[in-house]
Amino acid sequence: MIKDRLLKSLYVSLWLTVLTFPVMVIRVNTIEDTVTWRWGNLLLILIGSYVFSLIWNYALERQERGKKVKTNKLSIKIKEIKATVSQSRPMKISGLAAVLAAVFLFPFLTSFYQMSIMNTALMYVMLGLGLNITIGLGGILNLGYIAFFMVGSYSYALLNQAIGLNFWIALPIGGLVALIFGIIVAVPVLRLRGDYLAIVTLAFGEIMRIVVENWSSLTGGPSGIRSIPRPAIPGVDLNLIDTAKLVYFIMIVLAAFTILITLRLKDSRIGRALIAMREDEIACQSMGINITKVKVIAFALGAVFAGVAGVVFAANTTFINPASFTLWESVLVLCIVVLGGMGSIPGVIFAALVLKLMPEYLRAFSEYRMLVFGAVLVIMMVFKPGGLIPEKRKHYNFTNKDAADFEEEDV
Amino acid sequence: MKKTVLIMLVLLIGITLVFTSCGKKEADVAEEAKVVEEAKVVEEAKVVETIKIGVAGAHTGDLASYGLPSVNAVELVVANVNAAGGIDGKMIKLVIEDDQCKPEIATNTAAKLVGEDVVAVIGHICSGATKAALDIYNESKIVVISPSATSPPLTKSGDYPNFLRTIASDDAQAVLQVDFALNVLESKKIAVLHDKGDYGKGLAEFAKAGIEESSAEVVLFEGVTPGAVDYSAVINKIAQVGADAVIYGGYHPEAAQLIGGMRAQGLDIPFIGCDGVKDATFIAVAGDDAEGVYATAPVDTTSNLIAVKAGKEHLAEYGEEYGAFFLNAYAAALAIVNAIDVANSTDYDAIMAALKSEYVETPIGNISFDERGDAIGVGFAVYQVKNGKFSQLD
Amino acid sequence: MGFDYFFKLFIGGLTKGSIYALIAIGYTMVYGIIGLINFAHGEVYMIGAFTALIVAGILSVLNLPMFAVLMIAVVIAMIFSAGYGFTLEKIAYKPLRNAPRLSALISAIGMSIFLQNYVLLAQTSNFLPYPDMIPDFAFLEPIKQTLRTTQLIILVVTAIVMILLTLLIKFTKIGKAMRATSQDRVMAMLTGVNVNRVISVTFVIGSSIAALGGVLICSHTGRTHFYIGFLVGIKAFVAAVLGGIGSIPGAVLGSFVLGFTESFGAGYISSDYEDVFAFVILILILTFRPDGILGKSTKQKA
Repeated sequence: MIKDRLLKSLYVSLWLTVLTFPVMVIRVNTIEDTVTWRWGNLLLILIGSYVFSLIWNYALERQERGKKVKTNKLSIKIKEIKATVSQSRPMKISGLAAVLAAVFLFPFLTSFYQMSIMNTALMYVMLGLGLNITIGLGGILNLGYIAFFMVGSYSYALLNQAIGLNFWIALPIGGLVALIFGIIVAVPVLRLRGDYLAIVTLAFGEIMRIVVENWSSLTGGPSGIRSIPRPAIPGVDLNLIDTAKLVYFIMIVLAAFTILITLRLKDSRIGRALIAMREDEIACQSMGINITKVKVIAFALGAVFAGVAGVVFAANTTFINPASFTLWESVLVLCIVVLGGMGSIPGVIFAALVLKLMPEYLRAFSEYRMLVFGAVLVIMMVFKPGGLIPEKRKHYNFTNKDAADFEEEDV
Repeated sequence: MKKTVLIMLVLLIGITLVFTSCGKKEADVAEEAKVVEEAKVVEEAKVVETIKIGVAGAHTGDLASYGLPSVNAVELVVANVNAAGGIDGKMIKLVIEDDQCKPEIATNTAAKLVGEDVVAVIGHICSGATKAALDIYNESKIVVISPSATSPPLTKSGDYPNFLRTIASDDAQAVLQVDFALNVLESKKIAVLHDKGDYGKGLAEFAKAGIEESSAEVVLFEGVTPGAVDYSAVINKIAQVGADAVIYGGYHPEAAQLIGGMRAQGLDIPFIGCDGVKDATFIAVAGDDAEGVYATAPVDTTSNLIAVKAGKEHLAEYGEEYGAFFLNAYAAALAIVNAIDVANSTDYDAIMAALKSEYVETPIGNISFDERGDAIGVGFAVYQVKNGKFSQLD
Repeated sequence: MGFDYFFKLFIGGLTKGSIYALIAIGYTMVYGIIGLINFAHGEVYMIGAFTALIVAGILSVLNLPMFAVLMIAVVIAMIFSAGYGFTLEKIAYKPLRNAPRLSALISAIGMSIFLQNYVLLAQTSNFLPYPDMIPDFAFLEPIKQTLRTTQLIILVVTAIVMILLTLLIKFTKIGKAMRATSQDRVMAMLTGVNVNRVISVTFVIGSSIAALGGVLICSHTGRTHFYIGFLVGIKAFVAAVLGGIGSIPGAVLGSFVLGFTESFGAGYISSDYEDVFAFVILILILTFRPDGILGKSTKQKA
């Protein structure tokens, strides 16, 4: 067995070495007409891919085996511990208190830089949670999501420029404007399914961005809008660091609000309609649910959260231009939702924090950052296709003690 | 529901703790409190053994080729200075941070550099990123010199007192382009094109305004999409409207494609680019079609001894010719080093005063900075591609 | 603006269309077989272009005639790209065949990012001039300004590829196997089709065509860059969807529709909104034909 594995990996590594030979070993520079050979890379690929292939195959095999072995002593024990912990009230309360304390104290214990990146990460948490409603709950793949973010940002920036709109009033207005755009986009999209839907949302996202980019007289075009006022408490003069703290708390509140709405939504009629639609549209329709209405809601709700987050983004960055709202950003939010586990709130939060904070903490390896990012996405999906923290579905267990008795269990 | 919330919050605290403890290894709370204090009060001269200078710009991503040469430039200058004993015996340490030319990342980059107590920042590369980051530097009283951010409001608006640049702003370049087209080439119907970007479109709009004030006519004002596979539609349009010259604002990749298409379709009218176009890669990509193309750019420095020396240093250290904005960044680094030396302190006001009063010999000329932060002594000239190289026209 | 102008825009549209078509074919083939949007396809295209560039660079010392260099470079590029496509599928897509579709999508995105940066780091972040390897046809001299050799070649190659592929899928055994797999994978397996092999073959074919496209297109535009795959890829994918994803003639048709829209839109209205026109057409067509122009409506399982 071991010998087979070693041999197999050898073949793989040889294959990869030959495959990557032109790109890795030979560097052609047609500007200066030079050809450089880097034989060192050859060795690197040979050895590296061999090791990698061994690990990869081993991990895949373990995953296969893991699927079958469900009942062993260790996993049962872990389940018991989890059960006792989650049932005991004192543990829950103290855990909650600890978490709240940490969240509250965070800004006072860290540097400006840490807070700055945490704020950015929190904005993406909110974006992830918003898209989670559309994709995770509603099953509608929205590839143009960042356009709603842009709409929120620009509504604050433009209204501020035009009538001096205050940040706090801009927050709900940003959400409202995004809501309107969400409904506008949802209407043509209703008849489409699956990937066609996705492409049309992509199209809308790009159209909005390009229009903003070209309509210079209205939006400042590619030069964007600068000197957008930061959030402020009237009458209080805040310096930069304190403003960052303020933004942090605003984002925490907004994120908590989003989480609350999502949770209530999941348990509500609309939420269940969304999930039903995600699972099987035809069955859903035959149950009498108005698919049109539900789709629009899924879209519009997601849009609102993006819009509000957009207002904070504009205020925090003080300068916005269309280049911050490209397809790539939409893809990033999509990755956050899927990586975290569609529909799963803790998963989305975790994924957002990881995907946004990791590049900042790995600044030392910044050259390889995107390479690692791509690799991480692939690896995560291959080994955990359900996401980091998959959604927990309500799971009903029937015991055979009494047919009328059944326990509801959150698995 | 409660369980989900609990788990979510536990995760949040977990992550928070992990990352705060990671971050805290580098600086303890007292240090951070000091940073906060110093941000509020103008610093006294810090008695430090090293002087930290930040370099910020796009070092990764598709705009990396515009940001990396500046890093090389500053590294070379600092290496020379340190080898000669530093500034008054204090070594310079560089803090190089990437911002990918994105405003939202630039704010984080700025926060990081502020936290590292840099005395000055050379950067950022893109005007948008610079606009987003300047506020943060301003509050912490850090001098910022950009080698490439050409958006006029950065100096003209007066909103950024801590900002300087070693490159002329777009309006100056556009004036030269228009002037050349009207007076030297005697064009009457000019097509103004841009790449829909901040730099390109800004430049084009200034050019358009300039032409409209004169007797000539703007027959076309349009943007091309960077990365598109074929520009023949626009080129056909240029021919259709009977333009006798093209003024272009943008970077060399699109310019190379435009000129290639134009010449292939038999459109032989003059093409006037800007300093984003004046790049060896432009000539390499456009090949023979580049012959005769004009571009405005900072005054010729190839005979400038410092420029020649810098070029040789780059070749020796990195094994290839230098890239975009290298000389500008080199000049910025020289200026800041000189200012700190002359002011004999790292105090913001002292450095600023020195920068605005002292003249420094740099690869781009003998320069200083004016009240608003624009470089004095940085002139623009028109170049033309002759025999495969850009040469300055007099 | 007379007929002359219209004709020139028409040629431009043809060129764009054929460029998108060469790449769209690969997208549509893969989607037809495994229902996945192969985001990394654009990168395979880009790697094909780079490989050919590298090969041409090495061969330049031998002073061979342009045509020979082109042939060798294209063949080698196609082989390598096929290899990349094959490997790509085995690493990033095969393990996810039974996973939710979005997971496979994210894996594709991850692979796309990985390959882009792999080339960026291994080669350069600069735009590299691309030698025009396509020899000029003498008979085109007089109309050189309207139709260049490269444009004609790309057009002809696209047509040939489309015809060959259609013949392959209709009349050969492997074609039948491909059709079977795309209709119902489980049934295909039950009737003895080696589904793994069919999928690999699909990727290999799609990738080689992309590589061919890469060489031709970069010869036409005169430059290459690690990012070109992404930019063109999105457009090509939109074209494939427009025409009806899963259908090869649809992909080609959609590409031409897109190419013409962009060309005429830019020529008669404004080049600023070039992409907007393309996307608006997409939305309009999908509104009236929700499965694309030539798309087969996907029947919901009973």
